[in-house]
Amino acid sequence: MLDKLMMYMAFPFVRYALIVGVLIALCSSLLGVTLVLKRYSFIGDGLSHVAFGALAIATVLNLTNKMLIILPLTILSAILLLKNRKNTKVKGDAALAMISVGALAFGYLLMNLFPTSSNVSGDVCSTLFGSTSILTLTKEEVWISGILSIVVLVIFVLLYNRIFAVTFDENFANAVGTKVDFYNLLIATITAIIIVLAMNLVGSLLISALVIFPALSAMSVLKSFRAVTIFSAASSVVCAFIGIIISILAGTPVGSTIVAVDVVLFLICFIVGKIKG
Amino acid sequence: MCVLRASDLAVGYDRQPVLKNINFTIEAGDYFCIVGENGSGKSTLMKTILGLQNPVSGTVEFGEGVEKNQIGYLPQQSDVQRDFPATVYEIVLSGFQNSLGKRFFYSKEQKALALENIKKMGINGLKNRCYRELSGGQQQRVLLARALCATSRILLLDEPVAGLDPQVTAEMYELIDDLNKQGLTIIMISHDIENVKKYATKIFDVTEVE
Repeated sequence: MLDKLMMYMAFPFVRYALIVGVLIALCSSLLGVTLVLKRYSFIGDGLSHVAFGALAIATVLNLTNKMLIILPLTILSAILLLKNRKNTKVKGDAALAMISVGALAFGYLLMNLFPTSSNVSGDVCSTLFGSTSILTLTKEEVWISGILSIVVLVIFVLLYNRIFAVTFDENFANAVGTKVDFYNLLIATITAIIIVLAMNLVGSLLISALVIFPALSAMSVLKSFRAVTIFSAASSVVCAFIGIIISILAGTPVGSTIVAVDVVLFLICFIVGKIKG
Repeated sequence: MCVLRASDLAVGYDRQPVLKNINFTIEAGDYFCIVGENGSGKSTLMKTILGLQNPVSGTVEFGEGVEKNQIGYLPQQSDVQRDFPATVYEIVLSGFQNSLGKRFFYSKEQKALALENIKKMGINGLKNRCYRELSGGQQQRVLLARALCATSRILLLDEPVAGLDPQVTAEMYELIDDLNKQGLTIIMISHDIENVKKYATKIFDVTEVE
């Protein structure tokens, strides 16, 4: 088995996949803690559908660097969704469902109307479930993912105290003069970036899993914010690593294998948490 | 010295006043209570004082030399907090967020002060406990310790005894009274008029201004 692994590791695209996969898992789990606690988990889900729609547009336009379209569109939607939470005319969750399903429908429609390859359903399947795309990353995409992941990581570490403050109590933060709107916007923007990055790894339907599961696992066994954050990040990295290795060795789809490992860990943590009380 | 003055203030939502003709002056060292029934606009008034929403008309201004980062606030608890994984110490320390300035992390002095405020509120034994496992009264003490980290001058409290049993309520009032005696200006919202009368130096009844 080790021989087989070493053989695969000799291919640069496998190494790229491993590096990018681990970095993305790290970032998404860090943000996941805040998103879950702020009750924003569904925004992550909605944004991933938007990213799918944006990808369809980029594919139809036949752009060489699809990120140029996907990233701005997803960030824009993130900002709109957040602003909308305060708008009472269209309820926040309904607006989210609207954007999310609308983007999914238009994305699929576009890909069908203007097919860029003969295998439309294969293309759609791999964008939704990320089955092969992580192994077809170009060197350029690896660099972009790597740099963006590190930027997200640095921002998170530096703003850790403020993110905690805004997550735990928006009212208090606002009252004592912290720029809550700015930090919410920043969180939404970073979420959008991570979702776009993670689309390569697990596909747009499974991204939420990377965001939610590590955070929930950590929360069911740990009791301080710092410990939850660290455990969430560490477990997400380990799960992504194990998931990618299994998928290489067993030939399973990358995205769903990683998510399956995340789910198993969550179940273990959940049971341990229940036993500990 | 005046710390807060409201002149011909009207507060409400979407330019519709809920309360109007509000006039009061709060001096340093006051124990000022805003009383009234639920839904009478007390919380709206508090939000306007804190600058979380704009007045419909009139003005509410802090006195000279009062900065935004000298105000401590004890908000009502939200849903988010009920199952929040954070220790007492982490939460109290976050009270210093308004004095972080351009720094990213809390200083040694701030960490020491946070511990001191935890002791002051009599919850030293709980400092590494998880917030969601505490009783209602203990949680309020944690949030009060956090508010103390944010201020040494003015403390705004929004229904600090809501949902607490009589014994714990009495302790909470004693605690707040002590802080007032140590020189903190207290601005409190409450519908518990009986108890408020015992402690407050000024009472503002919102039902009298409509």
